[in-house]
Amino acid sequence: MLDYETLRLIWWLLIGVLLAGFAVTDGFDLGIAALVRVLARDDDERRALLETIEPTWEGNQVWLILGAGAVFAAWPLLYAAAFSGFYFAMFIALLAFILRPGGFSFRNKVRDPRWRNAWDWVLTFTGVVPPLIFGIAIGNLFLGVPFRYDDNLRMTYEGGLLDLLTPFPLLVGVLALGMLLMHGCAWAAVKSEDPIAARAAGLLRWFVPTYIVLYLAAGAWLAMAVPGYAISGAAGLDAASNPLHKQVVATGSWLADGPLGHVASMMAGVAILAAVLVPLLAHRRRHVGAFLASATAVVGTIFSFGFALFPFLMPSALDPRSSLTVWDASSSKLTLGLMLIAAVVFIPLILAYTTWVYRVLRGRVSLQHIKQSHSMY
Amino acid sequence: MIDHAVVDLSRLQFALTAMYHFLFVPLTLGLVFMLAIMESVYVMTGREIWKRMTQFWGVLFGINFAMGVATGVTLEFQFGTNWAYYSHYVGDVFGTPLAIEGMMAFFLEATFIGLFFFGWDKLSRVKHLLVTWILAFATSMSALWILVANAWMQNPVGAEFNIDTMRMEVTSFSAVFFNPVAQSKFVHTVSAGYVLGAMFVLSISAWYLLKGRNIEFAKRSMTVAASFGLAAALSVVVLGDESGYTITEHQKMKLAAIEAMWDTEPPPAAFTLFGLPDLAERKTHYAIHIPWVMGLIGTRSIDGVLPGINQLVEEASRRIANGRIAYAAMQQLRMNRDDAAARAQFEDTKGDLGYALLLTRLNVDPLIATQADIQRAADSTIPNVPVLFWSFRIMVGCGLYFIGLFAFSFWLASKRQLDRHRWYLRAALYSLPLPWIASQLGWIVAEHGRQPWAIEGILPTALGVSSVSTGQVLTSLIGFVIFYTALAVVDAFLMVRYARKGPDGLGMWPPVDGHGNTAHED
Repeated sequence: MLDYETLRLIWWLLIGVLLAGFAVTDGFDLGIAALVRVLARDDDERRALLETIEPTWEGNQVWLILGAGAVFAAWPLLYAAAFSGFYFAMFIALLAFILRPGGFSFRNKVRDPRWRNAWDWVLTFTGVVPPLIFGIAIGNLFLGVPFRYDDNLRMTYEGGLLDLLTPFPLLVGVLALGMLLMHGCAWAAVKSEDPIAARAAGLLRWFVPTYIVLYLAAGAWLAMAVPGYAISGAAGLDAASNPLHKQVVATGSWLADGPLGHVASMMAGVAILAAVLVPLLAHRRRHVGAFLASATAVVGTIFSFGFALFPFLMPSALDPRSSLTVWDASSSKLTLGLMLIAAVVFIPLILAYTTWVYRVLRGRVSLQHIKQSHSMY
Repeated sequence: MIDHAVVDLSRLQFALTAMYHFLFVPLTLGLVFMLAIMESVYVMTGREIWKRMTQFWGVLFGINFAMGVATGVTLEFQFGTNWAYYSHYVGDVFGTPLAIEGMMAFFLEATFIGLFFFGWDKLSRVKHLLVTWILAFATSMSALWILVANAWMQNPVGAEFNIDTMRMEVTSFSAVFFNPVAQSKFVHTVSAGYVLGAMFVLSISAWYLLKGRNIEFAKRSMTVAASFGLAAALSVVVLGDESGYTITEHQKMKLAAIEAMWDTEPPPAAFTLFGLPDLAERKTHYAIHIPWVMGLIGTRSIDGVLPGINQLVEEASRRIANGRIAYAAMQQLRMNRDDAAARAQFEDTKGDLGYALLLTRLNVDPLIATQADIQRAADSTIPNVPVLFWSFRIMVGCGLYFIGLFAFSFWLASKRQLDRHRWYLRAALYSLPLPWIASQLGWIVAEHGRQPWAIEGILPTALGVSSVSTGQVLTSLIGFVIFYTALAVVDAFLMVRYARKGPDGLGMWPPVDGHGNTAHED
């Protein structure tokens, strides 16, 4: 049996894997939804573009649902603090997820152009809002969040929606959006035919540099202007999960002083290199290669933020002692162990059948096909 | 201080969003098995009409499934947004079945649903059928894990309080999974979904027969619905009885409230068929009793005692007194974590800690509570008796009616006389809303009957809320009402539109051009 400390590390990594799974798979669904009115000009084109993601978006979204469920089960303090603290932000993201299935399943069910146009705007909203909100939330983690615990570990949060909208988190929010727009275009280039694929490849020449510039800006800001936190006097890496049993001090910088700050910088380097390859490969019509490069950039970006924050999960700006870290916000050892067994059994299975489904659906969705036959979806 | 406005609004929001979600879930649960059965007939016989049936009912299934997905995310997020202390307090136990549901069931379901719609031309017949069956099983498996989580709220086994982390922690996951409440609840709930799915197909098909449209199509659909519905309706009532038996053991107060049984009766207790329960006077007016029945159902014996509400309140006040000892020991341990005497006392009495929290719920400090406070807290363990009494009776009445309706349908189907009696077709059509009413009432009995507890005997609902403001919850509540109403209008519009169009209007059957498979308007 693994010890408590190792289990906590594994579950910290696994949450990263689940979030990366969400960003890589559902990320292109979000990007395409956001760009549905830009990438495709008429109704046939839009139906063709949407059919590149309609059969699989639901499965892709489960990475997020599973991610949230796994945070609930493995990091209950984080789940409770983040979801209630970011109350309105979560609510707005939720509205996007509530409207989203209609955008895919209801849009084609009525022919009236007003109906379809309305759903296209809904899709745009549901594609733009979640990356913005998740990015803003992640940006705020680095600044520290205004919450504290009392002796019963009841959390109070002092702040509102507008307090989240400061420059650094907004930059991370726009970065997340730019990243998924790039990723959506990379997918459209793989799965669509011209003129949609050509348009997507063309847009990549804009989105990729935007993403790189935003990412570098966020990294520089983080390195130079955002002070970090460090644990001083922990109760022990395998102690009971109670955040109040430790002390926390401020440090100069997350990147320079964080224990894994250098790993974060390396991840960022990999992400940027991969992103540079995206338009180069797309230009040579190596669309699958460009998509894989984009996926690498997405994973690298997400991991770079996670590693930079380590061992913190959600630092508290009000009462640094209340900060949630990998060593004091997890479930019990028994729960982490059980969940790990479930993950070891099921995640490979999920990857296997998801791969099979994508294989069955392989090939580009052609306009010809859209004009001739209509799916039941 | 507990802000009761936040508590009430959070409860209202959870109740509305959960009940709304459960308008779509049971139809998904039931309809998907009908699709799998219809497609199996297609693969075995090769008759095209069965494929068209699968596809037509599949269109309605798809509209409904989208609504289920849209409203399901809300529930998962809401534990965190609005019930943060609950999530902290029981996440170690409650989160696991939800996460496993995602890994084991929902992932499978959500991944395969795309192939159901888009795989007809890309997969062999047998492979597509396999996809449909996997979809069906994954859907019910999903329900299993959600109900394991819910059953733990009703009967929190396999966990204990850890004072170092101030929360409940798992001691035995097999006890959580094999919770007897979970087993009976699972079969009862999915069977109710199967009944609802069968009624959906039966009613819409009956409408086609009344209109003289899609005769072949409708008769075959009704035959499937009648057989599947009869089996499910029998199962829902039998397993509902099993559910009743398990709450006898684990939720005595809920059972007493359902029966409006104010005082313990000499066994075997009578069943109250009708009456007007009066919470203030604690008596039931105009009661009509059937002797023995309740004792026999509830204890499966003639000498088992079912405790009455007043006796359970007395027991609650004893447990509150015991819980105060645990609460006091906890405060001492906070000042000195090495106080061995306090720790021993806490470990000894912590099983009743939740009862001390009933005082906190009333904004009374358990350390200085008076006898009157304790009595008030004990009285607060009585749920809303009239609501439970009537919800239960209407639900059971519906259940018995479903057995009758499906049995008669089955008999007609086997004699090939489904279209013989117009009154029967009308009855089948107008019965459409009943399974929805029954299943919503079932959840009211289960969840309203658990009040004032979020986790029975462990955590009062009022303590589970997040530290959010009234304004925040009110805003999100209004947002949900607006968005959900708009979605309900869209959903109803599409459902009615496609049901009205029917297989003939959609060009699906009879075949017009050999493969005229269009579910789009064009």
